[in-house]
Amino acid sequence: MFKYLKQLTSLVAMVAVLFTFTTESMAAKKSKTLKNTQKKGFVRCGVSQGLPGFSNADAAGNWTGIDVDVCRAVAAAVLGDANKVKFTPLSAKERFTALTSGEIDILSRNTTWTLSRDADIGLTFVGVNFYDGQGFMVRKSSGITSTSQFKDGISACTNIGTTTELNMRDFFNSKGIKYEPVAFEKADEVVAAYDAGRCDTYTTDKSGLAAQRTKMSNPDEHIVLPETVSKEPLGPVVRQGDSVWEDIVRWSLNTMIEAEEYGITSANADMMKTSDNPAIKRLVGAEGELGAAFGLDNDWSLRIIKQVGNYGESYKRNIADTGILPDRGPNELWTKGGILYVPPAR
Amino acid sequence: MNFKLKDIVPQLITVTAVVLVFGFFTYNAQINMENRGIDFGYGFLSQESSFDVQFSLIEYDGSHSYFRAYLVGLLNTILVSVIGIIIATILGVIVGVARLSPNYLINKFAAFYVEFFRNIPLLLQIFFWYFAALRALPLPQDAEAIFGVFFLTIKGLYVPAFIWQNFSVFFYSIVAAIIAIIVIRIHAKRVQENQGKQIPVFFISIGLIFILPLLSFLIGGVGISFEVPVLKQLATTSFIYEGGVSLPPELIALTLSLSLYTATFIAECVRAGIQGVGKGQKEAAASIGLTPNQVLKLVIMPQALRIIIPPTTNQYLNLTKNSSLAAAIAYPDLVLVFAGTALMQTGKAIEIVSITMFTYLTLSISISLLMNWYNKKIAIQEK
Repeated sequence: MFKYLKQLTSLVAMVAVLFTFTTESMAAKKSKTLKNTQKKGFVRCGVSQGLPGFSNADAAGNWTGIDVDVCRAVAAAVLGDANKVKFTPLSAKERFTALTSGEIDILSRNTTWTLSRDADIGLTFVGVNFYDGQGFMVRKSSGITSTSQFKDGISACTNIGTTTELNMRDFFNSKGIKYEPVAFEKADEVVAAYDAGRCDTYTTDKSGLAAQRTKMSNPDEHIVLPETVSKEPLGPVVRQGDSVWEDIVRWSLNTMIEAEEYGITSANADMMKTSDNPAIKRLVGAEGELGAAFGLDNDWSLRIIKQVGNYGESYKRNIADTGILPDRGPNELWTKGGILYVPPAR
Repeated sequence: MNFKLKDIVPQLITVTAVVLVFGFFTYNAQINMENRGIDFGYGFLSQESSFDVQFSLIEYDGSHSYFRAYLVGLLNTILVSVIGIIIATILGVIVGVARLSPNYLINKFAAFYVEFFRNIPLLLQIFFWYFAALRALPLPQDAEAIFGVFFLTIKGLYVPAFIWQNFSVFFYSIVAAIIAIIVIRIHAKRVQENQGKQIPVFFISIGLIFILPLLSFLIGGVGISFEVPVLKQLATTSFIYEGGVSLPPELIALTLSLSLYTATFIAECVRAGIQGVGKGQKEAAASIGLTPNQVLKLVIMPQALRIIIPPTTNQYLNLTKNSSLAAAIAYPDLVLVFAGTALMQTGKAIEIVSITMFTYLTLSISISLLMNWYNKKIAIQEK
């Protein structure tokens, strides 16, 4: 009899496991992600493995960056506390699988919005928090000042699993240049190999180049070439199929950008409640019932602005003041000559 | 028939459980993929891949299909595994024998090598050979020529390319030599069994394998010339070698680390095998008048191999699977090209991971079958 006891227990265990799974998937309600997040008490956010200015952890494990701030904004809106975020560092290769498999709920990891990614693989892009373009970095001593000086046989270091790999081919093919692609899995390895002299050029998004340059053994020896060879709109991504969660993330980002437009900062947000401008009053929750549409209270946007700040504050704190890209370029508001333009919150 | 319920029930339960678990996971994956709007299918394999690969044994660029990219990755994995297995075996046998050497220095050096390399994680060793050793290599313009034609630089090892005339004649001469050697071996064995006379097969074989191809040069019209790599300037401080064959540093670092690591385990297998043959065997063989060479060849090795082969098979399998660590240093193997770039560009995680797993399984099973066949051949023939 003891012979079967083992088999019997494992069978019972297996049946029990089966039941728990099935009952849970039947309980899927309108926004499963929002419910789960509120139940867990933290937002699960996928970030990069270390890209200064976008998502980077310090020695104490505190994450900073404009991509990090998107997740913090969602945490502030949904849970009331911008610090209730669990960050998962992901390689370019792992990021989408982590999101579609449900390991994370927001992917905010300098990810380029493209048609095939949006349509094909079960993802939805909710907006753009950084307009970027692919560029090339070379050693100053090489004397190269423009991509037109590239010659046959040039070796280019980059990351695998990125749009960079595809753009690079398009670029070199259109110029008729034979090149050697050297593709690594992690950004740190790309930088190490390029820094060692394995490659003549290092190519990725220009913001990435600017950020990684700070990691080189001698940053002054390298320059980023002026040409931009592609459009890289970077933004947060969510799983397809939960439109409420999608809206929450989209409007958390939009709130940060619109707050800057109306001059609402983390310092003056409370005072803005008495503003004469109804648009401002709506953003700080003093008018309208905007949060109700997501199943949130009315102060959700005020919390974002107070705890995380507006987009301009986030940019200044993470990218400008750290010396990565002091000039906002296209990432300036549309009212100031940039292309940041978000639909109105009303 | 002697069926008993208690014999069948546990098996039935196990089978049902396995089927249920698989069914559950497949069903769950289907539901999840449907919910998230992910299509399942292998149609993407024929689509244009639109990414390039650094190093390929077959013609490939981004205009070829994803399937072609898969083949590129697979061949690169096989290449590094085969080279790795050959080097690891040679090195492993030498070190294994050296560990049994009565010479103190050789013995201790071999022991040190084994303990050092097998106790450091392989990934660290790969990083060491790639990043640390790479930095120590000169830039192309500073490289000293080795024998005037080889250039070892940070961008790779540049070797001269062979340019053949009448290569087919040369190729057939080698085939002919191999056939001749096999015929002579069979003949020699028969002569020995019938007349007890020994023919020096080894020296005849060596002679044949050299003389026949040499003849093809002298009278077969085979010619060979070399294309030596030449330095080319790309920019003020940026150079490269053109012409000849270039071996990427990623391939060299990966082969080196894989073989140095695996050789330590093979060395231990070899040592165990030789020590596993009883001392009496050697003494008995010597007492019937066999020379030390014959003792090794006819008595010790056939018995030692029986002990060595099965664990060595494991090491070959390990090496093949460990080659997937290539992704860390940009060597375009199956994992980097197919389960990396292709997966990312298509988002077909389940399809690509399943193909990759199946491929490694097939590779491993092929090696296993080959080694099992060899093991059976050298095993004791029960009569």
